Amino acid sequence: MTFPLQDLLTILPELIVIGTACLILALDPILEATKKDVLAWLTLGALAMCIGLTSSQMTGRVSAFSGMVVIDAYAAFWKLLLYIVTGLTVLLSLAYLKAERLSIGEYYGFILLALAGMMVMVSGADLLTIYLGTELMSLSLYVMAGLKRTEARSLEASAKYFVLGAFSSGVLLYGISLLFGLAGSTGLSAIAAAITAHGTGDPLLSLALVLLAVGFGFKMAVVPFHMWTPDVYQGAPTSVTAFMAVASKAASFGAFLRVFVEGLGAASADWSVLFTVVCLATLALGNLVAIVQTNIKRMLAYSSIAHAGYALIGVVVAGGHSGEGASTGFASVLLYIAIYSFMTLGAFALVGMLRKEGQESDQIEDYAGLAKREPLAAFFMLVFLVSLAGIPPTAGFIGKFYIFMAAVNGGMTWLAIVAVIFAAISAFYYLRIVMVMYMREAEGSIATHSRLETSPALSLVLACALAGVVLLGLFPNGLWSLASQAAPLLK
Amino acid sequence: MGSEAAPLNYIPILIFIVIAFAFGAVQILLGRIVRPSRPYRAKLAPYESGSPLFSDARVQFPIRYYIIAMLFVIFDIEIVFMFPWAVAFKKLGLVGLVEMVVFIAILIVGFWYAWKKGALEWD
Amino acid sequence: MIPLSAYVAVSAVLFATGLLGVLIRRNFIIVLMSVEIMLNAATINLVAFSHYLEAMQGQIVALFIIAIAAGEAAIGLAIIIVVFRGKISTNVDEMNLLKW
Repeated sequence: MTFPLQDLLTILPELIVIGTACLILALDPILEATKKDVLAWLTLGALAMCIGLTSSQMTGRVSAFSGMVVIDAYAAFWKLLLYIVTGLTVLLSLAYLKAERLSIGEYYGFILLALAGMMVMVSGADLLTIYLGTELMSLSLYVMAGLKRTEARSLEASAKYFVLGAFSSGVLLYGISLLFGLAGSTGLSAIAAAITAHGTGDPLLSLALVLLAVGFGFKMAVVPFHMWTPDVYQGAPTSVTAFMAVASKAASFGAFLRVFVEGLGAASADWSVLFTVVCLATLALGNLVAIVQTNIKRMLAYSSIAHAGYALIGVVVAGGHSGEGASTGFASVLLYIAIYSFMTLGAFALVGMLRKEGQESDQIEDYAGLAKREPLAAFFMLVFLVSLAGIPPTAGFIGKFYIFMAAVNGGMTWLAIVAVIFAAISAFYYLRIVMVMYMREAEGSIATHSRLETSPALSLVLACALAGVVLLGLFPNGLWSLASQAAPLLK
Repeated sequence: MGSEAAPLNYIPILIFIVIAFAFGAVQILLGRIVRPSRPYRAKLAPYESGSPLFSDARVQFPIRYYIIAMLFVIFDIEIVFMFPWAVAFKKLGLVGLVEMVVFIAILIVGFWYAWKKGALEWD
Repeated sequence: MIPLSAYVAVSAVLFATGLLGVLIRRNFIIVLMSVEIMLNAATINLVAFSHYLEAMQGQIVALFIIAIAAGEAAIGLAIIIVVFRGKISTNVDEMNLLKW
């Protein structure tokens, strides 16, 4: 046997991320508590290297380790998005951990390990690697959700996340074992070949399909597998919530699309019906339940469920078509998730750093009169909320526009109309917060009012998120061409 | 797959299991019928003529115990990767050796972390 | 020789047991055990298929699952320990700071 040098070079970004994570775990116990910031800068350095490496892997399709992983434009698109999101999360954590007086160096190690899992998920071409990536991501996130060990809410979130997450991986794994029985291999291309050879009538295939859908449904937080989302998003430290809402959802969508298109593409007639139902339920429940929330983290959790519903429209449309129609459908999903990442991250960054008396103020009531106290923070929040509601000229509008266009072009106009109605409903609860910020006066004494705890790192995060939301809203063509370059590679 | 003949091969085992259960049941029942029953306190103690009982066996273990048990589970299970590696060692050659060294190095990072964080101290 | 269907049946029963255990039982440790049972059901499937289809890959996947199950158990146990230290019950139903 010779050294698989070529293969190792292909997965160099993953190796850098894991190597840095190990370095951080080794350095953390011997660093003084005041110098933990070094680890954050180390993380950012590793991410910068990975961005450079992955952008050079945008063309072609290289598979490594006998087809276990594949690097193509699709994987590169998700990885670049994940690097940016992780980088912003690390910057946010610098500010957030300081405000919470948590000096935990291994936090950055967990972020990098979770990122490594996500990278493996989006570039895995074998159910084994995809499963391993999912587990690495989930195990790191379970721990991160419970990092505020002094707070019962955080521990409870961690416990609930663990129970439902482990349950969903068990279901996913059983689906994988059935597919292995069907195809005699866990490689996505071998599974696709086996399905083409045997036809799609096999009940074992339908069962495996449903089990995989349940497993990924939990990770993507779509109805009816969403029940962990509000609890975990509310209880976890806000920087971790932002990371879960954005990065883990993006990676889950990435792996989900690859499995269902490259592996189970031949059965797309079956699964597009399944996901139409899931998509409608997600849109309805996410948007309607968000209206009655009084805690802003919970509201944003339901909003993130609803956004997964919008992204699923693109999947449903693409599943019912082949060729051009399918690739625009998938491209609109990629574009939507990318845009969703910027606005959600920005909103969570503000929620985490808006504090009173050393505590996070995450009740919607606390936002009363914010426009007078913190005009700039209120304006940033306004932009993110308007974008989440999908109002032009923000990026949120562009994302919804491309999704709805894909639906109309794909002959599913009724689905687009339903989604537009739900988008109008969603405007109600997003704009309610704007109303509270701008129209309502704060009650009580000044000392009990929430203020934004500013820091250079937070300013950078907010500036990047705002730039993403505004620039992608005004000039979406660059991102759209990237997305449509990545999408057709799924076949 | 010889599904017709398959159950027949297992009939001896079935008979064996039935006999085993019957043997145990007969022993216990016979003992109960024959022996005199005169229980008193010392006789009912878990260790008759042994050291006196000082507490219930179901005590709370110190939390340290669970941390050590957890670490044991993690480091113990890595052997499932080492066994196949050892079996195919000659075929894998130098590449296999280097890969195992990397694998163990990652484990050592975890061990170093646990050690430095004081997870192994027992007091 | 034991037919493949026997293995698949055992695995299906185990999977159903684990599934019901997670959904019905409310003690955190029993839920954790049920999840492990689900993973073992998948492992039995993989090894059985691997034997009958003469595809080694299933057994490799099984090895990985064993390691992952151990990692999952360790993290679950760690979470139970911190939850227990935080004086919350390990009964899933009694966790009600967040609406369940």
